[in-house]
Amino acid sequence: MTALLQHPGYDEERLKGVAEKLPCREVQAEMLLSLMGQPHQYSYPSILIYGHRASGKSHVMHVLMKELELPHATVSCVECVSIALLFEQVLLSFFGCDAPSLLPRSPSLSDFVRVYRQQCSQSPAKQTRYIVMEKAELLRDTDASLLSALLRLQELVGDNVTVILLSEIAWDKFRPNTGCFEPLLLHFPDYSKSELQQILSQNVHSSYSAGFYSAYINILLGVFYSVCRDLRELRHLAALNFSKFCEPLAEGKVKETDTHKLWKHIEPHLKKAMQTVYLREVSSLQWEQMQQMEEEEAGALRGLSAHTHVELPYYSKFLLIAAYLASYNPARTDKRFFLKHHGKIRKTNFLKKNEKTSNHLLGPKPFPLDRLLAIFYSVVDSRVAPTASIFSQISSLVTLQLLAQVSHDDQLDAPKYKCAVSLDFICAISRTVNFDIVKYLYDFL
Amino acid sequence: MSFFATESYFVQGCEDAESSETRFRLCQELWDKIKTDTEVLQDELNRKILDSLLDFTRKCSSTRQNSDWASQMRASEIPTAALMLGVNIPDHDMTFQSLSDMLKQSVSPHVASVQAKECGGKGLRHQSEILLCSPHRLCFKCPRVHRSVHCSLGILCDWYAARTKVGAQTTVGKKRSSQVRDEQQQPPVVIIFKDLEAFNPRVLQDFILICSQYIDRLPLTFIFGIATSPSTIQHMLPHSVSSLLCIELFQSLSCTQHLATVIDKLILTSHIAFKLNGKVMQVLIGVFLYHDFSVRNFIKGLQLALLEHFHSQPLSVLCCKKKKALFNVTQLSKPNLDRIRQLPSFKRYVEKQEAQEQVNLMTDDSHLKELCQQLIKDLHKYHKNYYPILRCLHTLTSSLPRYPLGKQARVLTCFPFRMLAKGELVSLLQKCVEILQLSKSKKMKNALVQLEELLARFKQLDKEIASRWYNREGGGVLNQTTLLEMNESRRAKRLSPFENLRNEALKFIDNLVKSHLSPPESQPLYEVCYYSSSATVRRHLNATPRTSIQAALSNPYHYLQNDSLKSEDGTVSNAAPDICIAYKLHLECGRLINLYDWLEAYSTVVLAAEGNDPDSEHFGKVDEVKHARFIRAVSELEFLGFIKSTKQKTDHVARLTWGGC
Repeated sequence: MTALLQHPGYDEERLKGVAEKLPCREVQAEMLLSLMGQPHQYSYPSILIYGHRASGKSHVMHVLMKELELPHATVSCVECVSIALLFEQVLLSFFGCDAPSLLPRSPSLSDFVRVYRQQCSQSPAKQTRYIVMEKAELLRDTDASLLSALLRLQELVGDNVTVILLSEIAWDKFRPNTGCFEPLLLHFPDYSKSELQQILSQNVHSSYSAGFYSAYINILLGVFYSVCRDLRELRHLAALNFSKFCEPLAEGKVKETDTHKLWKHIEPHLKKAMQTVYLREVSSLQWEQMQQMEEEEAGALRGLSAHTHVELPYYSKFLLIAAYLASYNPARTDKRFFLKHHGKIRKTNFLKKNEKTSNHLLGPKPFPLDRLLAIFYSVVDSRVAPTASIFSQISSLVTLQLLAQVSHDDQLDAPKYKCAVSLDFICAISRTVNFDIVKYLYDFL
Repeated sequence: MSFFATESYFVQGCEDAESSETRFRLCQELWDKIKTDTEVLQDELNRKILDSLLDFTRKCSSTRQNSDWASQMRASEIPTAALMLGVNIPDHDMTFQSLSDMLKQSVSPHVASVQAKECGGKGLRHQSEILLCSPHRLCFKCPRVHRSVHCSLGILCDWYAARTKVGAQTTVGKKRSSQVRDEQQQPPVVIIFKDLEAFNPRVLQDFILICSQYIDRLPLTFIFGIATSPSTIQHMLPHSVSSLLCIELFQSLSCTQHLATVIDKLILTSHIAFKLNGKVMQVLIGVFLYHDFSVRNFIKGLQLALLEHFHSQPLSVLCCKKKKALFNVTQLSKPNLDRIRQLPSFKRYVEKQEAQEQVNLMTDDSHLKELCQQLIKDLHKYHKNYYPILRCLHTLTSSLPRYPLGKQARVLTCFPFRMLAKGELVSLLQKCVEILQLSKSKKMKNALVQLEELLARFKQLDKEIASRWYNREGGGVLNQTTLLEMNESRRAKRLSPFENLRNEALKFIDNLVKSHLSPPESQPLYEVCYYSSSATVRRHLNATPRTSIQAALSNPYHYLQNDSLKSEDGTVSNAAPDICIAYKLHLECGRLINLYDWLEAYSTVVLAAEGNDPDSEHFGKVDEVKHARFIRAVSELEFLGFIKSTKQKTDHVARLTWGGC
């Protein structure tokens, strides 16, 4: 199988090393190698590799570049918060640490091209240089010209350079509407079950045999493959549950080959893991502690989402309730809810056509500060002076992200807010202050 | 320098200038004591959580360095501590300060704190840039490699590698001078996010993604400060990001517990001479419970009360340690002695004395001084007895259903005790004994002896009853229901020995409480130690901007103190500032105000103020200056939010407030 990778211009031994490190990606590596050609040959200007998360895009590129010792610059687009960082990293890895200092303070694309050409004339490329850009989909958010320029960088700088873009999305979503140079597209398909098995089995624990670990992975995939095909998540799960799997072995009850008994032992734990760990509710460290503990104690350790209770000052609670009412009730109905002598207004009378759908389905609506305060003063049971602390509580609710400010920060006059909490949350809050919020909600009338 | 500066501020406008210096000193001393006490207290309260956090960071860096299979598999995760702090954001600063100090001391020199507001800026990219720079800028003092190179984690990694290399060499050179350094060849880089909720989720996600790429080279550890609930992490970070973290949860003490401890240790003790009376206390606790949950603000309120007390009450020279107070009594000046005679509590005391004594006290200064010394001693004794008994009462009542007794409850209703089973009663009394043992005063010791005696008798009784019940019913434990049955059946009958003893115990406690828990207002000279002006505290802590603006506009004399502005009820004098006149006039209008009418009315008022003859030729004509003044007043009102321009009618403005004439 490893003999597959053969390519003129590269060392046989190295290619062998590459093949060993890239299980189940031989076809793609072969393809890439033939695209790249021999080191001194000009390569295609730009290649886009796309495929789902954890399908080995970065890994393949990384191994190829490292093992074959090709001149390259790997840039993560998340990291490049400004174009300057991108340029600097490329220049740094191609021409050494002096090159970036030639760039002006906030460089433009043409500055980069100029510096590149200048450096390139001093040290021309003997073999193809590669710029690998991870998470290339973020390039769409930057200046529109950057992507098109990168795609034909070879032409711009007149050097043997190839840009390889790695992305999770297909090229169709990239293409700028002005049109641009079309890169070569290369798709990395998802790993199949047997491939996952093969890859995961490589992380074998040093004190156990490969066959044993492989059997463990087989069991694990049997449980999780139907819900999760992400290699990273599966590797995480494998690491978590392995110690539990080995437990009967350590106690000397079972032999390594007795897969059935091991399966019986581990199955309930994997089922439990399916409920909790997939969401990373508890950290892996805590999970291990939990497994070491006895069953009855384990209940004490609760996941992240179990803690939803928030303790708030008294008036903050009422402000939040008022905000919720303002967000989910139409403004016209305020009279019905908060006026003592509102007369008899039935729901059918003021039901407009578009309001027939539940307001809770539509989500919170923005409301002005005045309305919030008016509702607040009518729901709070005691007389409250409009002090500065009431107002500051509103802004601290915004910082806590329980309210969201809709209008711009600069707008001091009549700011608008939205309530950002769920019905369950607000019900819990109003229960603590003995306020029956459901009675005041238009949807539940 | 600053000390003298503040002192001169204090002396300015002080009631009694002579003693102000001493009072300032006393105030300063007390405040220093309160401050250090609270700091110590806070450190103690936070110790547990901080220690566990330190353990966490240490453990993380050690697991990273050892190479067993499990930690290798987990190597790509960034260890993260989610620190739940509650919504009292002002208090968090102190916690984070001590956390980062402790981390720097014992775990790693590389600790950075980041705050969301530092990472503000236009556009996501800009914000992330600031966030990336912040670890460099704030803590590591990383020298930039090249002037033009931007901050990035790559550079930070290089710096870190160089730094640890140097560190390793020097420690070897020093022949393993410190054990700690040796263990920690690679101290973790800790980044503290002080307020997770306030961060822009996108920025945070990007930052975590970037960090995870360097985790193999840079041992990062995150600490998230969370104010609301841990589920915010899940709201902010998608699975692809949160799977890069290995989150562990740490719950800090709730703020109400925190406050309870502070009150317990600072206010309900006799160590600190300065006291708050019930109303002020209510204001402070009200601010806490209703508005902010912030212990720091509570202590600020306490400081305000302290300062106000020493500033406004000349007799506060006596509010200090007993010895010093007794000395200060001898130094009292004549006016101050007169002030003592004016004190309501002292007057009440004098009225109870005999006629001759009354005259003596009113005329003879030296006699008064002697009496004051006695009274001060009594007051201190009262405090010494008051707090232990209060605590006893609290322990006795806190376990009773629906019977929460605060500080205000001073009369013990004996009824609920009838419900208590003996076992509970004995254990409660035992707790009281423990409390009383802490106190040193004579009376308390006396009470302690009596209480112990009672307890001994209870135990004695226990044995007797046990043997008797054993005979009758074949072994039994007294529980609440059987006791109640017994109560029912024997109401008319002879009381059992247990009931007798219980009544005795109740009587004893009742007496104790009645004699020692009299309200502080009943003590003569209580004004010296108690600060009672709750209105001042409320005014200062609970600012009401709207009310003060309205007060300023409708009654300018309140702030300007100019006699010409003085006016009878509700009306504004003609000489008032323009804006006041315009405000007053606008109150008379409806929802829409015609600007021209308003201007006419305004100019009439101003002309009258200038003393022009209403019948003269030029009267009623508006000159340019007045016009300009009017426009300025109107735009000021608009700025204050009383009116706004409207499109309904041209040359009209709309009123935004209701009410008026």
